[in-house]
Amino acid sequence: MSENQTPRRTPLYDTHVGHGGRFVPFAGWEMPVRYNSIIQEAEAVRTNAGLFDVSHMGRVEFEGPGAASLLDSVLSVNVQGMRTGRAHYNVICDRSGGIIDDCIVYRLAEQRFLLIPNASNTDTVLDWIEGQRPDHEDTAVTNITTEIAMIACQGPKARDMVAQLADSDISKIRPFRARAATVNGVETFLARTGYTGEDGFEIMVPSESAAAMWESLMELGAASCGLGARDVLRLEAGLLLHGNDMDTSVNPYEAALDRFVDPDRDGYVAGDALRAIRDEGVSRKIAAFEMTERGIARPGYSIMDGGNRIGSVTSGGPSPTLDTNIGLGYVPIAYSEPGTQIAIEIRGRPVEAKITTLPFYRRSRSA
Amino acid sequence: MNPEDLKYSEEHEWLRMEGDNAVIGITHFAQDSLGDVVFVELPEVGSDVGQFEKMGEIESVKAVSDLYSPVGGKVVEVNESLNDSPELVNDSPYEEGWMIKVEVSDGSDIDRLMSASEYGALVESES
Repeated sequence: MSENQTPRRTPLYDTHVGHGGRFVPFAGWEMPVRYNSIIQEAEAVRTNAGLFDVSHMGRVEFEGPGAASLLDSVLSVNVQGMRTGRAHYNVICDRSGGIIDDCIVYRLAEQRFLLIPNASNTDTVLDWIEGQRPDHEDTAVTNITTEIAMIACQGPKARDMVAQLADSDISKIRPFRARAATVNGVETFLARTGYTGEDGFEIMVPSESAAAMWESLMELGAASCGLGARDVLRLEAGLLLHGNDMDTSVNPYEAALDRFVDPDRDGYVAGDALRAIRDEGVSRKIAAFEMTERGIARPGYSIMDGGNRIGSVTSGGPSPTLDTNIGLGYVPIAYSEPGTQIAIEIRGRPVEAKITTLPFYRRSRSA
Repeated sequence: MNPEDLKYSEEHEWLRMEGDNAVIGITHFAQDSLGDVVFVELPEVGSDVGQFEKMGEIESVKAVSDLYSPVGGKVVEVNESLNDSPELVNDSPYEEGWMIKVEVSDGSDIDRLMSASEYGALVESES
């Protein structure tokens, strides 16, 4: 959709208004950026649990005897080999290896899959798939984005909270697994996935039952969180954001997403390009950095080595969890080694930073 | 909400006269609109600022905004505690979160600022 259309609202819009949400336009949607304090919302997710409305993300079902083969030809992972109930993170690359989108694919059944593209990329992704495989009449592609809402409940207490509302033992759902489950009295699709670096679930719930789900989780202590906290948390966890940290001008090897790419499959449309990139190697790579002087890096700022501009910041901001300022950006391979001194140009002045390792933040895992 | 004894600018800065010096900060409305303040960059002591001209930057978690001085003059003091505790701007915008003290060069600058009730009406129209 074009930017000047009236922004869309998720089924949780009134719920956000009721809890004091502050709204911003995002990818054609009117979304809460925060309720009160972004820092407190981020802390709630790191120490307890937080709720995010992610209903703006795409939800597209692929069903039919050709569904696995169709997705296998356009996604960067081996879809044919996926087991039912599994979820895989992957990227969708164009024929030169550029990243059109990153998404999660779920195998719901032998011949049925669910794809979750980014909000602003859903139409582009569907057009791309259609363009690559106009012959897919054996697969029904259904955009169900508006029929179901999606709530991410994330944090060390998230699993217990969702479990309290579930009719069955959902604690057995392992990371990157998903299944149908009755939660808060309604049939949901429950996935142990997220975008915060914490444990938790993404709950796909019929739109008309979304508000009640949100309120029930809040009553159990989960905090309403907006896109601001989500961006802070995903950056701390070293998770890339499409549109900032990757787009069609970068390939998954430059974006350090090697482990989500299997280019050696017959019929994979980006296979030739990605094999060539893999075999030749890349000249630049995404790097994580931490500010060592006072200053906050922001997207678009220059990454410097002395007087030379060696790259630009793709994501940057404060890390409330680590109490430092962090960022991401592409730099020549020679600068990508952890410990390398660089500078970020902030308002015309170089401010010192050093390359570090991803992720910035890793949760301590309990059993 | 907006203290009666202060003067206000359209850019949501406040000013309090202490003798010949003006103490300057941002209003409750400004800090509330910004959200968590994580970085404040202020002019150096001894430098000159012009009325309604840029005097520094303030950064929230998500955005960078310019700060404007409501009066012209020489900066005689800056609130160094904001370096380590920028959240004071949120917690106490009219007291501990003050930003700079300026020796006012032209007293008529003050006449171009708003009273608390005028500023209240401006905020009403913007929110």
